[in-house]
Amino acid sequence: MNTILLSVIILGGIGFLGVLILYFASKKFEVYEDSRIIQIQNILPAANCGACGFPGCSGFAAATVKSSSLDGLHCPVGGNAVMTRIAETLGQNVSQVMQQIAVVRCNGSCENRRRINKYDGEKTCFIASGLYGGETPCSFGCLGYGDCTKVCSFDAIRMNDETRLPEIDEEKCTACGKCIKACPKLLIELRKQGPKSRRIYVSCVNKDKPAVAMKACKVSCISCKKCEKVCSFEAIIIENNLAYIDDNKCRLCRKCVSECPNYAIKELNFPIKKEKVENI
Amino acid sequence: MKTFKIGGIHPPENKISGNKEIKKLPLPEQVVIPLSQSLGSPSTPLVKKGDMVKVGTLIAESSGFISAYVHSSVSGKVAKIDKIIDSGGYGKDAVFIDVIGDEWEENIDLSETLVEECNLTSDEIISKIEKSGIVGLGGAAFPTNVKLMSGKDKVDTLIINGTECEPYLTDDHSLMLEKGAELLVGIRILMKALNVQNALVGIENNKKDAIKHLEVLSRKYPSIKIIPLKVKYPQGGEKQLIDALTNRQVPGGKLPADVGVVVQNIGTVFAVYEAVQKNKPLVTRIVTVTGKRLKDPMDVWVRIGTPVKQLIEFAGGVPDGTRKIIAGGPMMGKAIVNTDVPITKGMSGILLMSETESMRKTSRVCIRCGQCANVCPLKLIPSSLMTFVDFEEWSKAEKFNITDCLECGSCSYTCPSNRPLLDYIRAGKGKVNQIIRNRK
Repeated sequence: MNTILLSVIILGGIGFLGVLILYFASKKFEVYEDSRIIQIQNILPAANCGACGFPGCSGFAAATVKSSSLDGLHCPVGGNAVMTRIAETLGQNVSQVMQQIAVVRCNGSCENRRRINKYDGEKTCFIASGLYGGETPCSFGCLGYGDCTKVCSFDAIRMNDETRLPEIDEEKCTACGKCIKACPKLLIELRKQGPKSRRIYVSCVNKDKPAVAMKACKVSCISCKKCEKVCSFEAIIIENNLAYIDDNKCRLCRKCVSECPNYAIKELNFPIKKEKVENI
Repeated sequence: MKTFKIGGIHPPENKISGNKEIKKLPLPEQVVIPLSQSLGSPSTPLVKKGDMVKVGTLIAESSGFISAYVHSSVSGKVAKIDKIIDSGGYGKDAVFIDVIGDEWEENIDLSETLVEECNLTSDEIISKIEKSGIVGLGGAAFPTNVKLMSGKDKVDTLIINGTECEPYLTDDHSLMLEKGAELLVGIRILMKALNVQNALVGIENNKKDAIKHLEVLSRKYPSIKIIPLKVKYPQGGEKQLIDALTNRQVPGGKLPADVGVVVQNIGTVFAVYEAVQKNKPLVTRIVTVTGKRLKDPMDVWVRIGTPVKQLIEFAGGVPDGTRKIIAGGPMMGKAIVNTDVPITKGMSGILLMSETESMRKTSRVCIRCGQCANVCPLKLIPSSLMTFVDFEEWSKAEKFNITDCLECGSCSYTCPSNRPLLDYIRAGKGKVNQIIRNRK
């Protein structure tokens, strides 16, 4: 009987001592964590894509709580809706950021760009671009091995097997910018999504002289300056044999689209223009 | 017999173009001389459309510390300065010259007589080499004067690379057989420029006739030693050759000059001889045109800027079933995108390969056999480096010395799973170098 009692007392004593140590340790080494971090983390989309510039959503949440204002902090995946909710939680103001979307500035499909050689090395853009200019005469355009599709966390960019160009799913693209970094040819650009997702952009980055560009690809920009002349808003800049449409100035009038002789300017999500009936 | 200690492989030699007289390629109708033929910044053109030039006229000057002078390789009229598609498919600036006759600059000595005496000082020799646009003719095309300046008065040994460890290539071999006496004068000029008393010429033992020939000729000069080396690839790598001949190791990130050595290719030595003794700038080079199915594989003297197409036609035309045309040797050379590209200073060979020889086999998973690490001459672990690059672990890749890689391709050659190890490492090396540069 004595033995049982003794063991219960000893074990109980050790347990009690442990409790005391743990209690004081937890008081002494307590780390204060703002409860709002958890709240904000719950608001965030939990994609952990790193597009905000912080390591994952928790890093972004900590940064929002820590900083005094929300300027310069933006979650491109959640967009304005999520940012507004975060601002409400923290009792701060947030300016509305224009929603952006990725566009691929190359239209050199198999039909438009002939293949002049065959690459049999490792099928990644990163390696192929280090070795040579690509299978087509245009050394600026898409290589077609899909490094951009491999990095996308949202399955928003996919290779089209027919054209061998990447295509962006507008519903899914969050403008996180991962594909932009993955493309060695710097073809992908974030542009304003625009009203009703309507966008106009030059789908070419070829900086060769017009004659060379023309030979290389049927839909290359040949810097003929027709679009620059027709634009009423000075939104088109031509530099290094290449036209670029500034999306801050572009009013989506579509004059340049029909003017381009090489069909290098692309319009997206516009209603189809009614064909004018020509009377001969 | 001496050789380097770590790693190395024994690919089939296939030296089918050797043991023939070096032929001269007829003048082309037009040459295209790229402005960036050497390592470093592209040269600045000095001519404009319509200018008349002679062979040896300076057409572009060096534009920086590491850059080279470029001379016209033909006489004629400058047609234009425009972009060409280079062997890698990218646009590069080049001078197009329409060939009219074959008139050389007056001060160039065209006779075949051997000029032994050289009374120039070290600085005069180096400046003459710079003005003649000489770059390393082994393949990397590093400006020779910069290399000599880095080693001048600092080194004790000059090493001449006559190993020609790349399979197929025979241009150095033919040069040693035909121009032995000139080469020895060239070596002595380089010794004078560097102010060294020792020169070692490393030649692989599969060129016994060249070893013997040079040994006989060099008896007059006790300071020049001809050393036969055991055949092993990549013996022609700078660090490997230094190890083989002098037992000195060049640490990663250091230059050969830091261990008291300067290495020059045998082709460069001949160019130096011609530049210093005959006033002839680097306007021709010897190129091996070869391939198992090629009708007439041989070594040819080619004017810089001649289209590759013409060289292949001279050797019998592109045989049926050719799938790849490679500039350089099969191990370190690069496939070219079309045959209109010009021969540049750094192109030592044109190799035509058929489908079975050249196309890659399907890559399978790594079986961890460690063969790649065994053959790596720099003690790297290619299998791990490939994984780091694949997962973009740049800091780990740097820690495992990815930047030391000399891109010899021994790892990819030996891999039983046909993994594209070198492709990943080369790409990763570029990326890591970029990260290191940005850090500074």
